[in-house]
Amino acid sequence: MSNNVRIPTPLRKLTNDQDVVLAGGANIGEILNDLEKNHPGLKERICDEQGNVRRFVNIFVNDEDIRFLEEKATAVKDGDEISIVPAIAGG
Amino acid sequence: MDMDKNSSPYFTHLKCRECGRAYDKLAIHICEFDFGPLEAAYDYDAIRPVLTRDAIASRPGSMWRYRELLPIDGEPTVGRQVGFTPLVKADRLARQLGVRELYIKNDTVNYPTLSFKDRVVSVALSRARELGFQTVACASTGNLANSVAANAASAGLTSYVLIPADLERSKIINSLVYGAHVIGIHGAYDQVNRLCSEIAGKYGWGFVNVNLRPYYAEGSKTMGFEIVEQLGWRIPRHTVVCMASGSLLTKIHKAYREFITLGLVEESAFSIHGAQAHGCSPISTAMKKGTDIVKPVAKPNTIVKSLAIGTPADGYYAIHTLRDTGGSAEDCTDEEVIAGIRLLAECEGIFAETAGGVTVACARKLIQNGAIPADESVVLCITGHGLKTQEAVAGQCGEPRLINPSLREFDALLAASRQTETQPS
Repeated sequence: MSNNVRIPTPLRKLTNDQDVVLAGGANIGEILNDLEKNHPGLKERICDEQGNVRRFVNIFVNDEDIRFLEEKATAVKDGDEISIVPAIAGG
Repeated sequence: MDMDKNSSPYFTHLKCRECGRAYDKLAIHICEFDFGPLEAAYDYDAIRPVLTRDAIASRPGSMWRYRELLPIDGEPTVGRQVGFTPLVKADRLARQLGVRELYIKNDTVNYPTLSFKDRVVSVALSRARELGFQTVACASTGNLANSVAANAASAGLTSYVLIPADLERSKIINSLVYGAHVIGIHGAYDQVNRLCSEIAGKYGWGFVNVNLRPYYAEGSKTMGFEIVEQLGWRIPRHTVVCMASGSLLTKIHKAYREFITLGLVEESAFSIHGAQAHGCSPISTAMKKGTDIVKPVAKPNTIVKSLAIGTPADGYYAIHTLRDTGGSAEDCTDEEVIAGIRLLAECEGIFAETAGGVTVACARKLIQNGAIPADESVVLCITGHGLKTQEAVAGQCGEPRLINPSLREFDALLAASRQTETQPS
């Protein structure tokens, strides 16, 4: 099973400029590990030293922020769209 | 890092608030490593001997009297007259709110567009010029749009202001009149903001609250500097600040801390409190729940449009400022906002926009619930003028009584109204 993961512009250096990559896993934590396997260096940009998703990085599963789901334990089904989006500072 | 001879010896670099990585002073606003916000950093040891109380007192009455603590390299070129608004001792309002020592920091009369946003814009546009921008822009809930439009016009810069399409009419006209390109977006502020970050990347404009945000945000500190100076070099025990992105609140905190660091004011206990409108209160809701994870409000629903930011960029830092200073957050209904506007107007002769009504209404609650003790000093930050949001109070303050130009009719009207006033209600 694998899902499309949207990669934001600042991280595309690590994905050979691909804006969408495939990654497999039953939940977001596994997806992140799979991303790291194929694109080394990606995970430390998304997660802090404790492995938590960084404060200014948002991960959406079908437009729902995983902070309001089950964070890294959020389950992922086949076909779910996953987006990694830096928080937008403004205002 | 780049340190040419024109670089300020005081404002040294940008720094990631999360990981501390240092960056050159360019039009950038997030850390490339962890996406944390960049913030201006200074050499306080270099500033300390220069920025003394005497030096400040000898300078013109504008926000630029604290210029060593503002992030530009040369002389300010935009908004040199901005700031140094009155700090009003508000005894009549103090009696109504049940507190002994109360002041209004009155940015309803800030120059030139009657809101605190002139502070941030004068810094952002002065820096935009130093960085070579010809076109400046912003995402705005109204006040910022007015200020960018006016200050860009006076500086001969082209400006684009992007706003939610349903803003108050006077805030739209107050941007159009300066010849700005005003673009109304069918959507909430957060959608406008998202679009602006895409435009900023594509067109290379100086967006005051996107790629110039580290400079822009620092301008808010001057409100805090002025409060301390105008109080006679004293930090108020309590400061109440309305919150949209939460940036102003964090910068007033930074201002107080910087004055302590520089020895300009003695260290003393102070609390900063935050105020939001109930229909868009992501920060106060998180604070009351005891979490620092701010849940976005997808569809803000309040008459307080200037505070209607559902995804507050500085929400996390605002909550930590509240916690670190022993402050609280409150929110209030639209009815309480209108009552707050009227109370401030009737007690102090100051007509605030809806955000000011929020500050007054929430201050009242904080005093009532004991978060602000009655015998301690309080400053309310009133950030914008009521003429900008007249729709909110239209029909809520009564109507003029109409008579013919006849003394007899006037006498009758006065007699009738005196009778009403003397009757117990």
